[in-house]
Amino acid sequence: MANKRIGKQTVQLENPPSILSAASIVGPKEGEGPLRMYFDMIIDDELWGEKSWEKAESKLMRETIDKLLSKSGISNQSVNYILAGDLLNQISASTFALRDTGISFLGVYGACSTMTESMSLGSFLVDGKFADNVICITSSHFCSAEKQFRYPLELGSQRPPTAQWTVTGSGGVLLSSQGSGPYITHVTTGKIVDMGIKDANNMGAAMAPAAADTLVTHFKDTGIYPDSYDLILTGDLGTLGMEITNELMKQQGYDISDRYNDCGAMIYDVKRQDAHCGGSGCGCSATVFGGFVYQELLKGNLNNVLFIATGALLSPSSSQQGESIPGIAHAVAIHRNLS
Amino acid sequence: MNVFLMYLGAFIVGGVLCSAGQILIDRTRLTPAKILVLFVTVGVILTLLGVYQNIVKVGGAGATVPLTGFGYTLAKGTFSDVDKYGLLGAFTGGIKAAAAGITAAIFFGYLISVAFSPKAKR
Amino acid sequence: MQKMYTKQEYLKYVEEKSPKSKVLRNVTRAFVIGGLICIVGQFISNLIISKGVKPEDAAGLTSLIMIFFGAFFTGLNVYDELGRFAGAGSIVPITGFANSIVSPAMEYKREGFVVGVGARMFIIAGPVIVYGISASVFAGILYFLLK
Repeated sequence: MANKRIGKQTVQLENPPSILSAASIVGPKEGEGPLRMYFDMIIDDELWGEKSWEKAESKLMRETIDKLLSKSGISNQSVNYILAGDLLNQISASTFALRDTGISFLGVYGACSTMTESMSLGSFLVDGKFADNVICITSSHFCSAEKQFRYPLELGSQRPPTAQWTVTGSGGVLLSSQGSGPYITHVTTGKIVDMGIKDANNMGAAMAPAAADTLVTHFKDTGIYPDSYDLILTGDLGTLGMEITNELMKQQGYDISDRYNDCGAMIYDVKRQDAHCGGSGCGCSATVFGGFVYQELLKGNLNNVLFIATGALLSPSSSQQGESIPGIAHAVAIHRNLS
Repeated sequence: MNVFLMYLGAFIVGGVLCSAGQILIDRTRLTPAKILVLFVTVGVILTLLGVYQNIVKVGGAGATVPLTGFGYTLAKGTFSDVDKYGLLGAFTGGIKAAAAGITAAIFFGYLISVAFSPKAKR
Repeated sequence: MQKMYTKQEYLKYVEEKSPKSKVLRNVTRAFVIGGLICIVGQFISNLIISKGVKPEDAAGLTSLIMIFFGAFFTGLNVYDELGRFAGAGSIVPITGFANSIVSPAMEYKREGFVVGVGARMFIIAGPVIVYGISASVFAGILYFLLK
């Protein structure tokens, strides 16, 4: 019997894993944003001494892992699994970042929801006593993402006002069976929700229904009320997607607006930095969590956080073929102390 | 023709053609590639209808520099070769007339892309 | 009040909610920059005619020079900045055609000079040539039949 399940899509962890360390490295644009003091490192050149954007993205992830290990004092050998993913074809940024680590690797892909997808799976592994230490990490890079999903960088085109800006950065956490928190207590795994949005330049609107669906499911499954969290944080819906999510939640009888924020809306000063609707990409939620959220949890400014990374599961082919964009959102509940 | 009027004509005709493209981008979300294809094709059609020749008279470079002008060049070359060689001309005239543009685009394009690298945007 | 949007209602709601492109501002910019690029073309054309080039050859030479400028400013990483400002004002002129050739070629240089630069050069400009030439062949045949 699966006795840890509560409700339809939620797991209540019996042995909540502790987030032993978190780390983030970001690019120059993110380093000029309002969260700059929370990142472990800000690189000053997007290539970071590498020969291609793809290599630079791998280096971001590799260096972030080094930071996770050195911060936690855990050695390479004591890490049982790395769960990682990114936006590039065949999640190649991750595989090339990890090829010299010598750690068991499981690749995950959930588009920009990868951060909470990997944290969910990592929590299961630790809770089930299959692992003591698990690294969950993702990355994205503006230039490699533009190249793969949009246009060459030097093409003179305009972005529509609903477009979002892919975050250059990598963020991760090290989950452990040991440690004194913050703890991951609940995992609500989202289902694919597609409300028919076809515009690949309006990801926020495509993903917002998935975020709202997972949020409502989480509250129903657990019986927890929104006001027991002091921050409900979605991944990369941006300013428009955030407004829509607020609205969708109100429709279903949950007013979360006073404690709700979105990583995509937080990472840039949207007006000053010409980021249109805000940030996106796997690295968006990963760096905001690995930087801002984790540090505020340690300081005690945040105690209970519901973190929901959101993904738009499209490919260049699917959008050229006129398919709508399936959205997904996975939630993890994080508490500073176990009550 | 008065030089001032010549430049004014180029500015206005060129500006109007580009504005038409912008309205298409903002209202229909057509991608740049589709805009370019549309403009070339429209240029060919308007030349076939005998309209674009008059636009060139008024606009000069304002009509030949936008991509519709590329269509105009293709069509004009085709017609003049059809006059000379009959049906074969439909297959030879276009490229012949546009040869300088296409070759320049490929050759300079190659040189420049070998010499320079893209830069990250912020 | 468990009202949920149907797909149609949601699309309509998103359409209304989404920030709109500033069409008037964008069109003005496109008009001015597009017009200015054409003035440059006119200037080059006048200049080479005054140097003794036959007017019927001037058109080809002018586009050749304009294409060079488009390619060169793409290489200098400035054409995209112009495009961000001017939109169609810098896409529609022939310089934009050059930009559409050079930008993917530069981007894929790291994939090699054959399958990178050589092949990717045409991901945007290829269709323009395909449709331009095909349309001109159709037009030529029609012209032949109707003549």
